[in-house]
Amino acid sequence: MADISIPGRNKGFGVTMRTDNWRTAPFAVFLGLMAFSGYIAWAAFQGEYYWWSGGTTGFGGYLSPLYSPLIYIDQTAAGSAPAWHAWIGGPWPSWWPSILPASPAFLILAFPGAFRLTCYYYRKAYYRAFAATPPACAVGGIPQKPFKGETGLLIFQNLHRYALYFALIFVVILSYDAVLSFFNDGQFGVGVGSIVLLINPILIGAYTFGCHSFRHLVGGKMDCMSCSMGRYKTWKKVSLLNSRHQLFAWLSLFWVSFADFYVRMVSAGYIKDLNTWGL
Amino acid sequence: MAKRNFKLYRGDNDKGELVPYQADVDEGMVVLDVIHRIQADSANDLAVRWNCKAGKCGSCSVEINGKPKLACMTRMNEYGADETITVTPLKTFPVMKDLVPDVSWNFEQNKRIKPLQLDPKDKDAKGNYKMKQEDVDRVQEYRKCIECFLCQNVCHVLRDHDRTDAFVGPRFMIRLAGLELHPLDKADRIPQIKNEYGSGYCNITRCCTDVCPEHIQITDNGIIPLKERVVDRYYDPIARLFRKKK
Repeated sequence: MADISIPGRNKGFGVTMRTDNWRTAPFAVFLGLMAFSGYIAWAAFQGEYYWWSGGTTGFGGYLSPLYSPLIYIDQTAAGSAPAWHAWIGGPWPSWWPSILPASPAFLILAFPGAFRLTCYYYRKAYYRAFAATPPACAVGGIPQKPFKGETGLLIFQNLHRYALYFALIFVVILSYDAVLSFFNDGQFGVGVGSIVLLINPILIGAYTFGCHSFRHLVGGKMDCMSCSMGRYKTWKKVSLLNSRHQLFAWLSLFWVSFADFYVRMVSAGYIKDLNTWGL
Repeated sequence: MAKRNFKLYRGDNDKGELVPYQADVDEGMVVLDVIHRIQADSANDLAVRWNCKAGKCGSCSVEINGKPKLACMTRMNEYGADETITVTPLKTFPVMKDLVPDVSWNFEQNKRIKPLQLDPKDKDAKGNYKMKQEDVDRVQEYRKCIECFLCQNVCHVLRDHDRTDAFVGPRFMIRLAGLELHPLDKADRIPQIKNEYGSGYCNITRCCTDVCPEHIQITDNGIIPLKERVVDRYYDPIARLFRKKK
């Protein structure tokens, strides 16, 4: 609409009259997302040291959340889980492309990845930090003619709730892994890894159950809240988590990466896990 | 009292400039107070729109050092003593004169929206429409809007990309949410929300929520619930199976 020849009132990428340090937030988000996605990609490519049980093969052990659930297991890899833990088992499938390492993470990471990619919070984060549409409020974005928002190529964002359905399954699986981490060779105990792997599904659960789509499905879609008090109360609780969605998005992203790092370090022998099993 | 430096936009939609002023600032003053002092002391013909001076009428929306704000709710002590404060009219709308924008486009959008449609069968024995508190709580938030149009101004779909042809903007997404989520409302606006009001053009960057002086959660409680209802109707085959007609 208005276009006046005063610097900052014209249109164009980065044009603004803001005098504060508006670049800090998108730059920090850019670095944060690059760091975590870079680490997760690196960890996925390793294909080894994602499991630790101190050499025992019975029920229990630490499994990196980036590799859970295990569909296939390549038991020739160092630090791999015992065969009983895999949904299908081993050996590693022959159809697997040879250019990719035999990493179980590649078979599952697309699901949580899709959930975060289409998440309403992360959309804000990467539209600002990566796509600069806009980089910050009242700062000119990258010109697009015509701007289509999420009606063009980005229409796939509407599938977020389908990614949610898978994410809910992952909360159950990661909770099972947390239980698993309190056992070693069938014996109950506690280790630092158990605590790390317990916090992980709590944070991922807080993030997943605070999802906007989940909030809509549990009660937000109703017009008449008083018609179903159970759903209304659930919606209120989900709304509480939803108001901290950004916080849990970052905390869970950090912790899932940290949990993998911890298991990896213990499995590779760089860190000795303090635990009650004496391993 | 301290002398402070200001730059105010003077001009109209075709021609204008930032004119420097100096003004005495007393403790506790807000930016609108200083604009009035400049108007009284050195720029009698300065145009500025204001009314309540209490953050409730939404008239004094301007951009202060590039940030969309209400001039009456922006305290002078938010800025450094040596900082020059630049006040310009809302960028998204045409300038009528100086700090006064022509926001009439917004009123045209409002007219396009189907109003609340009640069913007389929902009246109780005394002829009143009644709602329970749980139902009031959610839609109450949307009624807090003071129509300052700061959200419309900062929305990059309108501000940078000029898609006034496709998107009604956050203020009217909030109005639509207030109607569409209303338990007594019988109208179906979902097709219009998708096709005419342009819910898909919002890419959730939340600047509207950031600038709202009433702290309405425009994105989380207004736009996203509407987007999810559009998904129910158009993009989710499972939800379509279970959909009840309104």
